[in-house]
Formats: sequence, structure tokens, C-alpha cells
Amino acid sequence: MENKVKTENIKSSAMTTTNEIETTVEKKETSRVRMEAKNLTIKYGTNVAVRNLSMPIYNEKVTALVGPSGCGKTTFLRSLNRMHDLTKSAHITGEVLLDGNDIYDPKVNPVTIRRKIGMVFQKPTPFPTMSIYDNVVAGLKLVGIRDRKLLNEVCEIALTQAALFDEVKDRLNAPGGSLSGGQQQRLSIARALAIKPEVILMDEPTSSLDPKSTMKIEDLIVELKKKYSIVIVTHNLAQAARISDYSAFMYLGDLVEYGKTKKMFQNPEDKRTEEYLTGKFG
Amino acid sequence: MNESTKEILERPLHGVYRWWGDRVFLAVAVILGISIIALGVTMAWVLFREGSMAINEFGVWGFMKGRVWDPGVNFVFGALPFLFGTLVTSIGALAIAFLPAIAIGIFIAEYAPRWLGGIIENLIHLIAAIPSVVIGIWGIFVFAPWMREKVYMPVFLWASENAPSLLPIIGTPIGYGMTTATIILALMIIPYTTALTRDAIRQVPKEQREAAYALGATKWEVIRMAVLPYARGGILSGAILSFGRAIGETMAVAMLIGNKNTFPFSIFGPAATMPSVIINEFREAVGNLHLSSLMAVGLALFVISLIVNLIAAYIIRKHSITGGQAV
Repeated sequence: MENKVKTENIKSSAMTTTNEIETTVEKKETSRVRMEAKNLTIKYGTNVAVRNLSMPIYNEKVTALVGPSGCGKTTFLRSLNRMHDLTKSAHITGEVLLDGNDIYDPKVNPVTIRRKIGMVFQKPTPFPTMSIYDNVVAGLKLVGIRDRKLLNEVCEIALTQAALFDEVKDRLNAPGGSLSGGQQQRLSIARALAIKPEVILMDEPTSSLDPKSTMKIEDLIVELKKKYSIVIVTHNLAQAARISDYSAFMYLGDLVEYGKTKKMFQNPEDKRTEEYLTGKFG
Repeated sequence: MNESTKEILERPLHGVYRWWGDRVFLAVAVILGISIIALGVTMAWVLFREGSMAINEFGVWGFMKGRVWDPGVNFVFGALPFLFGTLVTSIGALAIAFLPAIAIGIFIAEYAPRWLGGIIENLIHLIAAIPSVVIGIWGIFVFAPWMREKVYMPVFLWASENAPSLLPIIGTPIGYGMTTATIILALMIIPYTTALTRDAIRQVPKEQREAAYALGATKWEVIRMAVLPYARGGILSGAILSFGRAIGETMAVAMLIGNKNTFPFSIFGPAATMPSVIINEFREAVGNLHLSSLMAVGLALFVISLIVNLIAAYIIRKHSITGGQAV
């Protein structure tokens, strides 16, 4: 039942997406809150990784999570699509809202949440035994879509959105592992885009890539925010400044400061933020 | 006591000790390394030398294709019955064991809580640790009579009333024969296939699983799309290594297969394998040609095992996946 609805959604959006890419319609001036963390605390065993964190994630904006290693930014990111369900020792209190509904509500199926909130990891993770094509449509096949024409269409759209289509269009049947690191990461992004998520989480997506590939991914993120809400964890402050609209600075599990990126980088309110941004620690 | 560093470094004895230590260790390592190779080569050479009389008499293909093994009257020796018996029992055992072993491996690695997985693993190791002669004697006194009572006889009686033409294929239901040996072999290789499957599954990186979860896959879908494809090389080569073990398994098979030396065999009836004929006949092999023929069977077994292991190694190498890249 649910699958069927999803199928219809993907079908209808696949039909219209091509036009949307070309014309980039419906750019809203006032952003609405897409996701929101409320009093979120995450523990591993007795070890508190994120403490009482509350912040919004705006629609069609890029939100960057920055902070020194071990500050809890990746832990927070992974709580946004219930990846911690896979870690037995992780314990979460508080709420994470998606369009006003708590994703940790016991009635909510984490599988549904992960289809709505896609994720791109630090290391590119193409499935090595699948072709490029099969990698992109893997998520669609999961929901039972077998219509070849539709799969082809979505595959092309997703690869185009991920700025990879021109490089691989002649070898869609080559194994996903045969691509370069940067291409593999864009393939991972295409795979996440193919299932039409509403929010995309990125965990240091460029940290294993060379500068040129990094630039391509950054351009891609700026392009993607026209349609998606993006949350990105990054170690690279210049990257956060370049591509994000909102930034959150975390330190030792606490959200120290949150606000518009421009303002935070030029005129931080908290002393710790200032020290981190100016390179005094980190 | 006021030796300078220079003096200590220049003390001749010290240097000599170091030099000797290195040399001795190197020599020991080289000798041991070479002796492994020498052992294998010598074994093959001795088998070939001892078996050459039979090979000269019947020719390589004549020996391998010969359907008759008659050490009593005509002194004609052909290895086909044993080659066939070995391949059928081993392939049959692998066919029976493969899916259950993979299922158990998946269960241990993915589903079972730690304590339960530990118990199952230990039980499986226990099966692997039972000496095959013990399994053989259990087969003789418990399993084979039970199979005869519950399976072979009913099928035989049904066939003799309804389909007498099948009787030669079904064979005499004495309880000791190809099917019994195959099932026992399957039981004996399940621990190996299971352990190797489990290892292959555990080597799948966490990132691969998470990538599948992040696409909205359920647990079983993660296993199907990310875990099993990634582990397939390890699982496949594990199956082939288990097959290699089945080929060489001697004692339990010799005790249960019924030892009939002529081709063709029937499904329930007695048969023989390469290891079983060697262990059954080497003591009574008085004629030189008989002994040489047994040696030639041993050589064939040696070569087949070698090939099976090489195939397994090749598959591991071909399917090994490094850094997210299938090589």
C-alpha cells in the first residue's frame, strides 16, 4: 500500500523533473522549517555525545554542521534519519521533527524515514558488484519498481542532477567500482537522489576527494538546494562558508552557536565559535 | 667502565653475534620454506613413480576411463568407478550442504544475538571436531539402519510394485551406499561452509551496509543487495574448499559407502570413492600392478584436490573487493 503510493509519487515526479531542472521553478523567498531537533540528547552507553540540542533545518537551504573532531556533529547528523537504530548502544531522547511529525514516534517505520531522508557518506559507497545503472536505481528497485522505461528515465535524471551523466552515459553497465573517487561520490549522490528524498544528509562528502572533485561536489550541492534541504557535516570551514546558508557550531556535544552562515563567520556571538573559526583550536 | 659509545659500537664480538643471529634465522626460514615445497613435489613424484606401472599398462586415459577394477581374477584396473563415486558423493554433499550452511552463516553473522550465535558456532565447531571414524560408526549402527528402514525400503517397495523399471537405478536398499555416504559427507562439510560463509559476511564493510540502509532497505534487503554480493567471492571459494574436503574425506565414507568396485552404481546401492578404495585395498594389494594402480588413484586424487584448491584461490583473488572496487 505504502509502496504503491511511493511508486506513484516517484512516477509523477519523474515525469515533471526534467522540466524543473531546466526552468528551476518555484523558488520560495521565505523558507519554512523542514526538520527540527528539539531537546535532542544522544548517548552511547553512558557517554553523552550530543547534549540537549535544539535547532531548525530550513527547506531548500544548506545547513552546515561544523566543529572539532568528536564534537558530536556526525552523531547528530546520523540521528536525523535514524541511522543510530543500527547501533545497539545508542540511546536517544528528545524529538526530531520532519514536517512537524516526530520521526522517533514508535509508530513510525525507520525504513520509511530513510526513504524520505537520504544520506551520503564520507567514503563513496557504490555497491561494487553492481553496474553504474543498477547502483542508481537500487533504491527504486527496493520499492518494487520494475518498469524499465521509468527506471531509465529516473536514472538519467538522477545522474544529470549529480552532474555525472555526461561522464558515464556511454558506460552505464560498467561496474560502479570502476569510477574515480570523485565520480563514485557523485554516483552515491545520484543514488540518494533517485529515490526522491526530501532531505539529504551529507557526512563530510568531500573529505576523501581531491580539490577538483571537491569543487564539483560543492557546485552540485549549491545546485541541489534549489529542490532539496541539505544538511552537511564538514571539517572544512571554507567549504561551510562557501556553500551553506545556515551554520551550527558544535563543541563537546553542545550546540554552541547557530545562525546564518554569513553572520556567524563574520561576527560570531560566542567566544568559542570565534576561537574555532580563527583557528585558535580544532 | 668509561667506554665511549664508539668503543661499544666497535666491539667486534657484538657485531659477530648480530651477524650470526641474522644468518641463522635466515637459513632456518629458507630451509623450512623450501622443505614445504619439496614435500609437495616429492609426494607427487613418489605417487607418480609408484603409479607409473599402472599408467604404462593402461595409459593415462585408459586408466581413468576404465570401468572395471578387478584385482582378483583378470588384474584389470580402471579408476572410473572411484572417480565417479568421488565426484557424485562430493557434488551431492555440497548440493545438500550449501544452502543450509549459508543460511546458518547468515543467521550467525547477521541475526542471532551474540549469546545464541556463540552457542551455535560452538556446536558447529563441535561437529567439525568429531573424528570421522566416530561419525562413521554412528552411521553404521544408527543412521544407515534408520535410513534403510524409513527411506530406502519404502521407496524400494513402492518402486517394485509401481515402477519396476526404476529398480536398477534405485538399487538394493542395504543401507550402506552412495546416498548414505553423501548425506553423511554433507553433514561433515556443513561446519566448513558455515564458518567460511560467516567469515566472508563479517568482512563486508559497515559502510556498505549503511549505504543500503540509507536507501530505505530493510534488514533482509540490506543482506541481499549489499552483504551477499560483496561476500560472494568468499562464500563461493568457501564452498569449493568444502568440496575439496569432501573429495578427500576417507574414513566415514569408506565405512558407509558399501564399497562396490564396479561401474555403474545405483542411487541407494553400494559404491566406492578414490579414498575409500585406497584405504580398503592397500593391505591386500599383493600384486605389483594392483599396488601401482592404487598409487595411481592416489595421484589422481592428489591432482584433483590440487586443482580444486587452485580454483578456490583463483576465485578469492578474482572476487576480492578492495576499497569499494571490484578487482
